[in-house]
Amino acid sequence: MTCLPDKTTRKLGLVIDLDTCVGCQACVTNCKEWNTGGHMAPLTDTNPYGAEADGVWFNRVHSYEVTTPEGSSRSLHFPRSCLHCEDAACVAVCPTGASYKRTSDGIVLVDEDKCIGCKLCSWACPYGAREYDVFEGVMKKCTLCVDRIYNENLDQEDRVPACVLTCPTGARHYGDLNDPQSDVSRLVRKRGGRDLMPEMGYKPTNKYLPQREKTNVASSVNQSPALAPLDDTSGASGLLGWVDRMLERMD
Amino acid sequence: MHFGAPKENDGVDTSPPVADEVKTTTCYMCACRCGIRVFLKDGQIRYIQGNRDHPVNKGVLCGKGAAGIMNHLSPARLRKPLKRVGPRGSGEFEEIEWEEALTTATTWLGDIRRTDPKKLAFFTGRDQSQSLTGWWAKQFGTPNFAAHGGFCSVNMAAGGLYSIGGSFWEFGEPDWDHARLFLMFGVAEDHDSNPIKIGLGKLKERGAKVIAINPARTGYAAIADDWIGIRPGTDGLLVLALVHELLRAGKIDLEYLLNYTNAGWLVRQTAGDEQDGLFIRGSEGTPLVWDRNRGHAAPHTDAGVHASLSGTHQVDGVSAVPVFQLIADRYTDEAYAPDAAAERCGLSAETIKRLAAEIADAAFNNPLSLPISWTDSKGTRHETMTGRPVAMHAMRGISAHSNGFQTCRALHLLQMLIGAVDTPGSFRYKPPFPKPVPPGPTPAGKGYAPDTPLSGMPLGFPNGPEDLLLEDDGTPIRIDKAFTWENPMSAHGAMHRVIANAAAGDPYPIDTLFLYMANMAWNSSMDIQGTLDALTATDPDTGDYRIPHIIYSDAYVSETIPYADLILPDTTYLERWDCISLLDRPISDAEGAGDAIRQPIVEPDRDVRPFQTVLLDLGARLGLSGFVNEDNSPKFPGGYADYIVNHERAPGVGPLAGWRGEDGQSQGNGSINPDQLERYIENGCFYHGEIPKEARYYKMANQAYLDWAVGMGFLGSADHIVMQLYSEPVQKFRNGARGHGVNQPPDHLRDRVEQACDPLPSWYPTLEDEATDPEAYPLHALTQRPMHHYHSWGSQNAWLRQITSQNRLFVHHETAAMFGVADDDWVWVESRHGRVKGQVKLVDGVNKNTVWTWNAIGKRRGSWGLDKGAPESNQAFLLNHIIPEKLDDGALSNSDPITGQAAWFDLRVRITKAEPDEQGLTEPMFNEVRDPTGDAPRPGKLDYGRSFKTRELAE
Amino acid sequence: MYPAASVILFTTASGVGYGILALAPLLVAYGILPDEDRWLGGALMLPALGLVTVGLLSSTFHLGHPERAWRALSQWKSSWLSREGVMAILSYPPALAYTYAWVFLGSVDGPWVWAGFATVLTAFGTLFTTGMIYRSLKPVPAWATDWTVTGYLTLGPLTGLAVIIAIASGFGLHPVRFQAVTIVFVLAAAIAKNAYWARLQAAWDDHAQNAGAAIASPGNTVRSIEWPHTEANYVLKEMGYGVARKHAEKLRRITRNLLLVAPAIVFCLLPSLLPLPYLIWAVIPGAVLTLAGVAIERWLFFAEAKHVVSLYYGVE
Repeated sequence: MTCLPDKTTRKLGLVIDLDTCVGCQACVTNCKEWNTGGHMAPLTDTNPYGAEADGVWFNRVHSYEVTTPEGSSRSLHFPRSCLHCEDAACVAVCPTGASYKRTSDGIVLVDEDKCIGCKLCSWACPYGAREYDVFEGVMKKCTLCVDRIYNENLDQEDRVPACVLTCPTGARHYGDLNDPQSDVSRLVRKRGGRDLMPEMGYKPTNKYLPQREKTNVASSVNQSPALAPLDDTSGASGLLGWVDRMLERMD
Repeated sequence: MHFGAPKENDGVDTSPPVADEVKTTTCYMCACRCGIRVFLKDGQIRYIQGNRDHPVNKGVLCGKGAAGIMNHLSPARLRKPLKRVGPRGSGEFEEIEWEEALTTATTWLGDIRRTDPKKLAFFTGRDQSQSLTGWWAKQFGTPNFAAHGGFCSVNMAAGGLYSIGGSFWEFGEPDWDHARLFLMFGVAEDHDSNPIKIGLGKLKERGAKVIAINPARTGYAAIADDWIGIRPGTDGLLVLALVHELLRAGKIDLEYLLNYTNAGWLVRQTAGDEQDGLFIRGSEGTPLVWDRNRGHAAPHTDAGVHASLSGTHQVDGVSAVPVFQLIADRYTDEAYAPDAAAERCGLSAETIKRLAAEIADAAFNNPLSLPISWTDSKGTRHETMTGRPVAMHAMRGISAHSNGFQTCRALHLLQMLIGAVDTPGSFRYKPPFPKPVPPGPTPAGKGYAPDTPLSGMPLGFPNGPEDLLLEDDGTPIRIDKAFTWENPMSAHGAMHRVIANAAAGDPYPIDTLFLYMANMAWNSSMDIQGTLDALTATDPDTGDYRIPHIIYSDAYVSETIPYADLILPDTTYLERWDCISLLDRPISDAEGAGDAIRQPIVEPDRDVRPFQTVLLDLGARLGLSGFVNEDNSPKFPGGYADYIVNHERAPGVGPLAGWRGEDGQSQGNGSINPDQLERYIENGCFYHGEIPKEARYYKMANQAYLDWAVGMGFLGSADHIVMQLYSEPVQKFRNGARGHGVNQPPDHLRDRVEQACDPLPSWYPTLEDEATDPEAYPLHALTQRPMHHYHSWGSQNAWLRQITSQNRLFVHHETAAMFGVADDDWVWVESRHGRVKGQVKLVDGVNKNTVWTWNAIGKRRGSWGLDKGAPESNQAFLLNHIIPEKLDDGALSNSDPITGQAAWFDLRVRITKAEPDEQGLTEPMFNEVRDPTGDAPRPGKLDYGRSFKTRELAE
Repeated sequence: MYPAASVILFTTASGVGYGILALAPLLVAYGILPDEDRWLGGALMLPALGLVTVGLLSSTFHLGHPERAWRALSQWKSSWLSREGVMAILSYPPALAYTYAWVFLGSVDGPWVWAGFATVLTAFGTLFTTGMIYRSLKPVPAWATDWTVTGYLTLGPLTGLAVIIAIASGFGLHPVRFQAVTIVFVLAAAIAKNAYWARLQAAWDDHAQNAGAAIASPGNTVRSIEWPHTEANYVLKEMGYGVARKHAEKLRRITRNLLLVAPAIVFCLLPSLLPLPYLIWAVIPGAVLTLAGVAIERWLFFAEAKHVVSLYYGVE
């Protein structure tokens, strides 16, 4: 089972828009609250009310400042979770078959009955997507809400990953990246969706839409960066003269 | 995007049962009040999801809302009423029964009411039931009531209500669907947070341009197309420079100004007399304009009048000019030019000019026209709705300065000049706004007497010096000195001044301080040590506390708990009835009026009671009118739910607007419907009354809207609401300062009132800037709200605190270099008031003259259910420690001189690197308070959700 | 990478054990070790088997579910960790058979030669698979090199050899007879380790220079402003471990001296100069120093190896 499938029927995954994410952590805690009672329950927390509090989370949001080679700086919020890679090394290194990639939809899962807690899969993941549950002794990770997306006990429109369902700015999109006609595939094409650390060669399913080019104030206003005054006399009289002319025209 | 479950045969249950039951209610993890669906399984909360049908959040939920389970289960929850047994501040309490608690409170309060009701100071914090708490205070008869608006938002509320009859914050919203340019001024992330995020998503999707004007490039500013890192407290100057540019270029909407503002109203130019600067009024009291065609003055309401916008006109021998003439004279002056403003704002003049050009371009080169026909209040039919797709939004970054009122007015001036208030693509009112300008009613409090209700609600909107709450000898009626010459238009009271004033007996001593949900002993006060000293101050002769009784209600062990004498433990938000009322702060949007309820999702497992039910009980025990029947039996024996349904503020008007009338068919007005709560629950615990389609813009003058609003009870009459570029009530206070009228400021305040009370939006340096030596304290310091924490509540939440349990001081690289500070260094942040120690993080995205940090992460040891080693109590720090409560003269509050809004963001500091042996621990470090809920060790592990697991483990 | 004590113990002990298993049959075959000395056979093979067993057991200490360790043998088709387990198990039958022949029969001739051959193969095979576990981890650029495997293939035998020489000297065998093979392994280990170190920083820099690619912003410089969590989480504790370059340099020097220079002097140089009685007092401490050296090397192997996930946390 630990061998990766040659190909999967679907490639379900996320497309995350870095130009829209405000770093509000909604996807982070919604993921936590769903999944701590979900397929990989519980997402244990250590020292929840003390020093060195720690816990198992499937989704984390970083904040950065990014500077272009031209020297312009901007802030960037970056959600980080499992990318459900096509060539998922975390699966290949698993000695027990606990980590596997589903042939039907490409979701990478951990079978916690088989996991021995050797942690090697977490070493193999460049993205830090796997978090070990010290109390349960098994590795845990994003399930792409496998217990939501097909769940017949949920309303149809709720059958999406919790992080997508809750995202207030609509920065998270979910769908089949195998289907070139899907909304997510179109979005990736339109906005130049990117792989993270493509040099690793893991072919992540999830894509990130880069921040759009920053525009300076008024760069869209023709050539003139400033407004032309009404006339040279400027001041109140120039304005009021114009006002009078305008009012006459309105009458 | 939905797929059927594939056959994977990996043993994964893709359709586990999720809930036994799903109940709707309203979130209370911040002030946003989103609709939520709570999934219950085996009597426990499995999952909280946004309610897709809800007008506020449309299905989404923020980081706080999704962590609600952990607030509900917080170890800091109070469990039983408490009576203080040790000294104040020790945290030594004894558990008592509710009967004893209520009897004690009734005894204290009853004595006060019989003798001198103003000796009760009743102030509430993050209260979402102000229409009840305010009414309770009124019926009790104390003028000393306010919620926390005085230290939060009053500059913005008053600035808006006195200008456009509505306001930013959550009372209005950008037209997310049509705006092409969106300007955010100092927008924080704790009010209207999901609507703003949803809206930003829409703007991004449409490719609209977003510009953030904020000293710090946090959250929303991070995704802006442009960030203008302005120097704190100078937004007003920037805005007036934009006004200067737009006026000089003629980029203003004259038709809009004529039709919807007081641009043409005539202002008396009679320097030296007491009417100077007031409007010329006709026989009916209607302000007059100069009819430029007919050459005489006429009421602005006359049909067919063609108001002049310029010139000096003689009306009955009185010299007068139109408001617009004053505006032209004022703002075209070079003093308002970008070149004059740039340096102070910390921006280049080019940036200001380009911003003005951008606004003009969006407003006038690409006007928006929606194919909606409508009739204005003069009866004119329009086939389309024309808009200026420039939307603006502003929040605390504007509000929390001592020039915030005028800055906010300046922003509204800018909006009005370009025709961008409630037009397509611009700012939109949310019902019940717009309200007539100036707003009403006036504050009540004069004539308070034993055993007598006040004549009206204690908070209100003064229209001039005659409405100030002053005794005959000029001393303040209110303990917080609201509605005095120190802050004449303090429409939300001044909660931040109560404790210090009460302890000082200034203007008079009180007997009982009654607080609800306000962490005044920590992050809700400036000068925390001073506040603690006041709470524990004793009379040297008697040894009694200067504030003899303190009653406090809260659900959690905040830092304030140890300072109260009697604790009334409240429930969590999932254990209670509540109403989010249109009488208070509604959840409307621009397309409809909204209110909502909370219903109990689970029963409390502790001996706690909802505060509102307790307040109704106390009202009945005190025999307050409205709280008892004629036979003196409690009027609302069913508690708050009973009140929500059966209370009528006016005939047909109650806390909830939906499903009124015996048949449940009325909206806004209607008789009591005993099944009202059931109807709400059926509808997802909210009501949304849609505004007719043709009435959703130009609400101030859209006849269909005005009629609808009258029908809903929002407006007394369907008269056109004229927005005020020039504010007459403000001028009345100025005239008082100039020596006119019966009611005049004391001499030491004359100049201050004269300067601040400018009827046209003005800018002046913040009072702290004026009081501080810029060489000694070269930096501004302020806080921002992390989107995942709401005030002090986040740290008790096992999930949210993992995200942030220590705040850093964010300093610009270049600034740090100047101070010899490196990344991760510990530094002292020092103001004229004191110093606090914290750890630095260097950034680019901040104004170079400014340092900032996250608000309210620092906690006192022993509070909020945290271990004493928690980073919140050891590494995190509060800026509050160094914010002076007084201006440097030691008498006046560090607040806006007009509204009394606490000037949190005026703080000036310097930073110095801490010594090597000073690293790692914050200071000041207060002693640990004893946790009144017991000293049980906190769990080392939390595995919430284990019981929901549907799959049995193999071994 | 976090240098877990159990992993260091495991790789050090099993390295010595497989080193002995890999070399002893060869040394016998070449007549360097006498198979007629049953006691010597016992003194070499039994500790070797003991060490690999201790190593294997200690490797299960850090598992979340040691009782499920058997499952780790199942995925030999794809997982180097599984292959290592399989190889380790496969090494027992020939090693036990060879030990039986040496200790109880006093001869490893005839068909037992094949057992010896299989012991050598499986022992080197186990070291190889261990090396491959690390070598195949692309997110740890320090490890993703053949020099990682070479290191395991040379350091195990070198430490095994040190122990063999020490024990053999107690049985009156002059260390000079091991001189040639020792020179071979000291040189090989020196080349492997120095080559590993030589590329370590550059391998990291290759990735760190493009930290922007980790957050879909290639070409841009990136500074971490806030972590997603204030306190260290599993990812940081496990993979965010870093040792200061200054300390690493120092530890590398100590490792070189203990693991390479000490064996070169004690096992290659001194045997030509001194008679056996004196040498015993050199080779025993020499073996101890070598083992200490490899333990530090193992610690460094982890502590110096940065995981690319560190880039998300602003570590460069």
